[in-house]
Amino acid sequence: MQHETAVDSIRLFSGFARGSLRLILRGNRAYWTWLAFLGALILSGVLAYSNQVRFGLGLTAMRDQVSWGFYIGNFTFLVGVAAAAVVLVIPAYIYDWKPIREIVIYGELLAISAITMCLMFVMVDIGRPDRFWHLIPPFGFLNFPSSVLAWDVIVLNLYFVVNFVVATHILYRAFHGKAYIKKLVVPLVLLSVPMAVGIHTVTAFLYNGLAARPYWNSSILAPQFLASAFCSGPAILLVVLQLLRRFTRFEIRDAAIWKIAELMAYAMFLNLFLHGSEAFKEFYSNTQHLLFTRYWYFGVGAHHTLVPYAWSAVALNLIAFGLFISPRTRRNPITLNIGCLATYAGVYIEKGMGLIIPGLTPDTLGEIYEYYPTVTELRVAAGIFAVGFLLFTLMLKVAVPISLGEFMDKKDAAPEQDAVMAVAQAAH
Amino acid sequence: MRKWAMGTWALAGLALLAADGTKPPVPATQSEHLEVPPPPFSEGIFPCSNCHAGMTPDRHRRELTAMHTDIVLKHDETHRWCLDCHDAENRDVLHLASGEIVPFDESYRLCGQCHGEKYRDWRAGVHGRRTGNWNGAKTYLLCVNCHNPHQPRFRALVPKPAPRPPTHTMK
Amino acid sequence: MVSRRLFTQTAAGAAAGMILTACGPKRLYEAPKDQLKARIAEMERKYKEQLGKEIEVSDAGPIPGVHFAYALDLSRCIGCRRCVYACVDENNQSRDPQIQWIRVFEMEKEKGVDFSHADPYYNPAAVPEEGHFYIPVACQQCENPPCTKVCPTGATWAEKDGIVVVDYDWCIGCRYCMAACPYGARHFNWTQPSIPENEINPDTHYLGNRPRPKGVVEKCTFCIQRTRQGRYPACVEVCPVGARKFGNILDADSEIRYIIEHKRVLVLKEELNTVPRFFYFYAT
Repeated sequence: MQHETAVDSIRLFSGFARGSLRLILRGNRAYWTWLAFLGALILSGVLAYSNQVRFGLGLTAMRDQVSWGFYIGNFTFLVGVAAAAVVLVIPAYIYDWKPIREIVIYGELLAISAITMCLMFVMVDIGRPDRFWHLIPPFGFLNFPSSVLAWDVIVLNLYFVVNFVVATHILYRAFHGKAYIKKLVVPLVLLSVPMAVGIHTVTAFLYNGLAARPYWNSSILAPQFLASAFCSGPAILLVVLQLLRRFTRFEIRDAAIWKIAELMAYAMFLNLFLHGSEAFKEFYSNTQHLLFTRYWYFGVGAHHTLVPYAWSAVALNLIAFGLFISPRTRRNPITLNIGCLATYAGVYIEKGMGLIIPGLTPDTLGEIYEYYPTVTELRVAAGIFAVGFLLFTLMLKVAVPISLGEFMDKKDAAPEQDAVMAVAQAAH
Repeated sequence: MRKWAMGTWALAGLALLAADGTKPPVPATQSEHLEVPPPPFSEGIFPCSNCHAGMTPDRHRRELTAMHTDIVLKHDETHRWCLDCHDAENRDVLHLASGEIVPFDESYRLCGQCHGEKYRDWRAGVHGRRTGNWNGAKTYLLCVNCHNPHQPRFRALVPKPAPRPPTHTMK
Repeated sequence: MVSRRLFTQTAAGAAAGMILTACGPKRLYEAPKDQLKARIAEMERKYKEQLGKEIEVSDAGPIPGVHFAYALDLSRCIGCRRCVYACVDENNQSRDPQIQWIRVFEMEKEKGVDFSHADPYYNPAAVPEEGHFYIPVACQQCENPPCTKVCPTGATWAEKDGIVVVDYDWCIGCRYCMAACPYGARHFNWTQPSIPENEINPDTHYLGNRPRPKGVVEKCTFCIQRTRQGRYPACVEVCPVGARKFGNILDADSEIRYIIEHKRVLVLKEELNTVPRFFYFYAT
């Protein structure tokens, strides 16, 4: 194989770029409606955020008493989604379960979109976004290893890079009809598994390590984060894969989808078990620390804003567990998708608002300020979600044709090579 | 007092002192004259001898009707009256329980007879309002600069405004 | 074997980093004296421009052999809140939105020190109220501070004299320190702070009461601008009942040592092992 010269590389890449652009700009009415909808949300988010930059974080409902809120809640949830996207890798590679191997790449694209959203949620939450470079050595100073947030900055960005390199490498090589370089990809893919566990453990440790917040200062927080992540992350992927199967020539075996749903059931069981353990410890020991859990499930005094959310999350999680654990409902597409929505919504509530707000309410000196997000926060968050969905959509718009062999560089395509074979080979 | 009674009281006093910490706190020197602001006399009332020099002291315990009617004694008034602190012969000074004379700018010695703990704390700089420098010599106020010796209990103060509770909108 | 291309790229990156680090602002932690003086001159110039007032920013360092400690007499505090407002005036805290570094909690004598049944919003006609006592809380200047270890950019640290400070020009406003503080001592500038011009205190310290920008964290600094010059904090001086005591815990003759050695002393949330240098005691 001859080395590519610089000129060749540029030519090849520009071919890929132009081809991708054509793919992105070509779509049916549903596609353009979807893009327009996302665009509107992004515009609304940008406007809301510019208001926030001008006035300050006072446009949110966060105050000294509850100093973290909707933005950090979404960040925490999305780290879980990013981690879980890669959980599919475990059965594919470690248990050598071939039906799942084809879809690992989509998990990685989801991880990339999710991490992008995570980083954006952090950016909109800090009081001085113009100073974020203070985190980056050598310009700034990263308080590593003392600050868990410093660890989080490192592992999240590293995880992003790993997924980005693997996904783009595989797709780019497939675009040229070539197999990916095993020596590069396989170690990185295997590394992404402990990294996925790592990013969510570090994010859990952010909360876990704070003695000032008894609700968070619990040993089970990291395992519980992982359990809830591993049931919510794949939920999105399952829905997306079914959509791809419906609207493109993309093929995925039912067995693969059902296996993922089965794994999600076990993860949800663990999630419910850990929540149950936490509830037992709080209610049975009945110390003053019970106040935070009580605020979440029953309210305290006249303050019960979050109670409906708490019980909705419990109900949704139980429904999801029930639907996924039974093979009959797991295999029925209607109940399967209801289960996906239920698990996504349930975990979103209990890990987003259900983690942050009760951890900070009552505050350290016993005061209760009932936080719920303002319109600004909702608009900014919707805008960030729209960016993530847009990124994922556009990446899929390019990745699916590549996997199907519909989008290839004609010059380099080996004529005999079956395009699907190329992808199957690439997935090994 | 009988000797055994004195001994018991001494022991009790020592026990109290010991219970308060490692060793009894000893002020620097008991008779050292401290720099204090002038006593807060009412306008024109001092020196008392302006009026009292020519008067015969009346040691009978009674309620005053001719003068000093503005002073209402609420300071162990069931057991004491004016001349238990003010010297009968010379109204320009005070006297201790032993009869020893103390000038008004050493009135803390008089207060310290009954309020021994507070007196020791005050000498250490721990009782009363702090002004001056933490790394300089201690500055002292007289007891009476804050406490009215005839009605020492503080009046209640009007509190400054409560903080504004947090609200969802700031604008 | 490092290729020539790789070497050149790495060197260029490092050089860019070094140039940016040299030219750009750095944090004020252990800044060399001449750099500190230049930065302070810049601060004073900016304040003149933005506030139209001459603000003096002190660069006083910690006095050797000094570790500050504070003691508050719970048997004396009547909850009058004069300390709160003296602090606000002395330390240039925003009036609108309202920031107060000291928070006074009214508690019932029957229940004792119990923050789950405390009220910072009490507003009776006169204090103290029958059957109640008062606990003011501000930064405890811990020796084992949970806030400084979580800051991702190292914008907050404990100085050698024990005062935990914030570098207002380095803080990115992530508020992790606020989540970590067990005493609710840290406050955030949720919007642009505002102080009426005639109420601005022009005697400031670069790590203390100089006017802060929007989007950064602030808190009590034991009146660093006063205490490093031997004076008492504003709250100690204003307290009408003499409930507040302050001094150098390393000085055996100080009031603080006397209190610790002879009075019944407690600290808040002792089980969290923050080792506060703010003691509460009962003098009677």
